[in-house]
Amino acid sequence: MKRPFEFIIEKLVLISGLASIIFVVLIFVFLLKEGLSLFGQENLWGFLFGQNWYPISDPPQFGILPLILGSFLVTLGAIIIAVPLGLASAIYVAEVAPSGIRDVLKTGIELLAAIPSIVLGFIGIVTLAPFLKNVFHLSSGLTALAGSIMLAFMAMPTIVSIIEDSIVSVPKSYKEGSLALGATRWQTIYRVILPAASSGILAAIMLGIGRVVGETMAVLMITGNAAVMPTSFLQPVRTLTATVAAEMGEAVAGSGHYYALFAIGIVLFVISFAINLLADWFLHRGKKKRKKR
Amino acid sequence: MVAKITVDKLTVNFDGLAAVKDLSLTVEENEILGVIGPANSGKTSFLKTLNRLNDLYPNSRTTGRVLLDHDDIFCRKEIQELRRRVGIVFAMPLPLPLSIFDNIAYGPRLHGVKNKARLTEIVEKSLMAAAIWDEVKNRLETSAFKLSGGQQQRLCIARTLAVEPEVILYDEPCSGLDPISTLKVEEAMRRLRQNYTQILVTNNVKQAARVSSRTAFFLMGEMVEIDETSRLFTTPKDKRTEDYITGRFG
Repeated sequence: MKRPFEFIIEKLVLISGLASIIFVVLIFVFLLKEGLSLFGQENLWGFLFGQNWYPISDPPQFGILPLILGSFLVTLGAIIIAVPLGLASAIYVAEVAPSGIRDVLKTGIELLAAIPSIVLGFIGIVTLAPFLKNVFHLSSGLTALAGSIMLAFMAMPTIVSIIEDSIVSVPKSYKEGSLALGATRWQTIYRVILPAASSGILAAIMLGIGRVVGETMAVLMITGNAAVMPTSFLQPVRTLTATVAAEMGEAVAGSGHYYALFAIGIVLFVISFAINLLADWFLHRGKKKRKKR
Repeated sequence: MVAKITVDKLTVNFDGLAAVKDLSLTVEENEILGVIGPANSGKTSFLKTLNRLNDLYPNSRTTGRVLLDHDDIFCRKEIQELRRRVGIVFAMPLPLPLSIFDNIAYGPRLHGVKNKARLTEIVEKSLMAAAIWDEVKNRLETSAFKLSGGQQQRLCIARTLAVEPEVILYDEPCSGLDPISTLKVEEAMRRLRQNYTQILVTNNVKQAARVSSRTAFFLMGEMVEIDETSRLFTTPKDKRTEDYITGRFG
């Protein structure tokens, strides 16, 4: 017979382990319960592809296409900025920098991750938005572009550290073998190390996207929050997350508006879930490939 | 005999600890120089000095001179050119994560060969010289990781040959291989004698006796003795050499 102490610890660990799954399931069930109520008054097609988000007009219109496109545009911009920058800086940190500089840079990148998003949003309003306004002669600097730039900074630490990890975990022998054949450092990085680290790089990009899609505070502050169909980066947009954050407080509990916000939550949940799954798949594939060798 | 490599008072330090101490020797053209000695005797450090792979370790310090055809290799700016001329085969077979063909073509491509027909020719020639062509000619596009250990090692030799070096360094090339694969690698080395100068660092005393024309015995970073292989193995001058080759050491 097991000692009772053993038994209790074992069960506690088991419960803690299961807790994360239980929470995810409970959250999803809750979201579904509230969100699905919307579809009594709005069909799925109209919700996902309707071009008008007028939740409090009469009759209300719950088309979230402009919000989805807003999120998409901001994310796309952020990734376009963050991926090349992150890749380059990860290569520098992992392969090029002397060890003194490497430590400073790594700390710096981690600090970047520690900045609260509200502070980034704040800085965006005070410095970035006026700057963009002057450069592009806009009536307001609060645009998709401003959001993309700020979010790129937020995604950078994730992207850099995961890419750096995957570069460092490329067997050193590849590098030596390549250099021994007379390759330069750059030829080695470009032809051997990056291809070998590719699955980690893809995973880093996916996780970066996940980080950006889910971000709320900064985008709420600096994208201008106009729920219109976006046509350019230099135009105010509104994202899915910002909509929920901005309107939840004033939505009447039990109204269509209230349910619509929950339905947006489901959409976000599905998007993040898909992205994380994809990232996981890339990482896993990389590991499996390495094992085969 | 023409001296291909002249080593003069070479000392290699790692973090202040000498791995190679005050080493002077010459390597003659088209010979196979065997280097034997126990672990930590400085064999590999010596080898990696010759194509300046030790430069990759920031804690290493090298003093002395190494001449390759009368040029001091430490004065060279073009380290890539040095590494092309002095190829190395490592202890563990280290194919790159590419196909067999691309592994061999990697070096020539680096050095600017783009013509597909020329690449094919180089790949075929190199694989033949490394005595592996017959085993892989029908599957050049498969991953190099699918090959056995011995085949991978000969692939690595072929890869080194593909950049047309003058000197080939072997760092315990058969330590992970079975006897038959070892035999095939040794056969490849013997065949390459006509055109290349080779230095073979090995833990396996018998291998040095089988393959090399001259043999050097290293101990604790110093070269104890260097002589014709037949003489070193029959009438060593130094007691320590005799102890080592007869297996009374460590």
